[in-house]
Amino acid sequence: MIALTSTLVVIGLLVTLIPRTPGWYKVKRSFFNGNVFSDTFPRLLDAFVKDVQIFLWCAPCILVWGMVLAVCRSVRTPALFPLRLFSAAYTDIFRGVPVILTILLIGFGVPGLGMDRPWNSPYLWGSVALVLTYSSYVAEVFRAGIESVHESQRAGARSLGLSSGQTLRFVVIPQAVRRVVPPLMNDFVSLQKDVALVSLIGPIEILRQAGVDKSKYANFTPYVGAALIFLALTIPETRFVDHLMARERRRTSGTVIK
Amino acid sequence: MNPKISLQSVTKSFGERSVLNGIDLDVSASEVIAFIGSSGSGKSTLLRCINLLESIDDGAILLDGTDISLPGLDPDPVRRRIGMVFQNFNLFPHMTVLRNITLAPRKVLGLSIADAETRGRELLRRFGLQDRADTYPDQLSGGQQQRVAIARSLAMEPEVMLLDEITSALDPELVGEVLDVVRELKGNGMTMLLATHEMNFAREISDRVCFLHQGQILECAPPEQLFGSPRNERTQQFLQRVIDAGRL
Repeated sequence: MIALTSTLVVIGLLVTLIPRTPGWYKVKRSFFNGNVFSDTFPRLLDAFVKDVQIFLWCAPCILVWGMVLAVCRSVRTPALFPLRLFSAAYTDIFRGVPVILTILLIGFGVPGLGMDRPWNSPYLWGSVALVLTYSSYVAEVFRAGIESVHESQRAGARSLGLSSGQTLRFVVIPQAVRRVVPPLMNDFVSLQKDVALVSLIGPIEILRQAGVDKSKYANFTPYVGAALIFLALTIPETRFVDHLMARERRRTSGTVIK
Repeated sequence: MNPKISLQSVTKSFGERSVLNGIDLDVSASEVIAFIGSSGSGKSTLLRCINLLESIDDGAILLDGTDISLPGLDPDPVRRRIGMVFQNFNLFPHMTVLRNITLAPRKVLGLSIADAETRGRELLRRFGLQDRADTYPDQLSGGQQQRVAIARSLAMEPEVMLLDEITSALDPELVGEVLDVVRELKGNGMTMLLATHEMNFAREISDRVCFLHQGQILECAPPEQLFGSPRNERTQQFLQRVIDAGRL
């Protein structure tokens, strides 16, 4: 009840105060234009299909490559130390470079090698850049999960005669993955948004389409439309992650303290 | 007859801290040995060394006359023959009871799912847990979990069992059901080495009781002798403390 009242008061203040600002009329015309919105929205929606496609083929690649990196990082055999080193260097580099730079470098750099179609497609190399970057985030999440599995689980498995590889595969990784599903989902919500950055190297996806329409109508409303489309997908995704996290908390601790 | 397990001046330290200081002991087949001693005396480390979960710095551990402690030796075939049960059960929480038991027989011994499950259900029935096959470890009491852990270890049909303080994490009223299982194993002639704080149980079940102090076996004798007339002064002091605490 208190929460509801305070929310209503805040919304009421915003609705009455913002239109009183001197620039409101112009902003309203160039960002919230109803006609432009209804003209461009269907095209934006069409273009958004591209974003979803890019997301859908990147996500599985990221999961697989991220897990490979995490496993390399977790091997303990001294002979395999180069793998650990590679994985550590990889995550350091790709986590340290902004996604947008990786997309620009790979998206403009690799096609410059002059390969024939389809090997010069910006879709391909934009996706590769996303996979390279996001797999380094995901690898860190997986690694944290692997390290969170208590040493006694390994002892239990090894004492039964399971090899270190079998222990990892049947005992450690299944528990690790269960624990990291919520943080992993967070990474994928941000991947969903970062797909729009691929537009910088050419593909006509939603952000690019909104830019084209913005120039055509000399109006910023298409950007607002694009934002709404993203929100329509990411808000349910985020709520779903929250739900998973709450469930995980209840499962591991028994009770939730307010 | 050759000893089943032979420990020869086994030495182990963690960094500066010396944990095992030249342990010598021969264990015959079907013999039950209880290690007693205060916390930190090296009981658990000794068992972990025999299971090759820890490497030793010096000395040798022989299983049927073969040195299993050589560095570089593949530990997995040895662990198949030596089962280990832990203080905190170490069951796999993401698997049902039955899968906990069948995992190693399937993946290590190459048993089919059906054969492994037959073996698993047989063990569960033996320990009165037949109706728990499809539950998860977290849904069981500590005593039940520990019995599952013993069953899991036995499913590999080991020749030797190492029991590391298997009742220490249990509520007092649950200790009995786990000890019953150990009695049954002894009845079947299993060679066992156990680290324990349960003096009465050590006295009842073991053929010999060894008192460890600062990584050394100070005294090893049949229980009536070690508990009745300990020779070593340290053993006497330790037992006196146990008696004062009402534990013997």
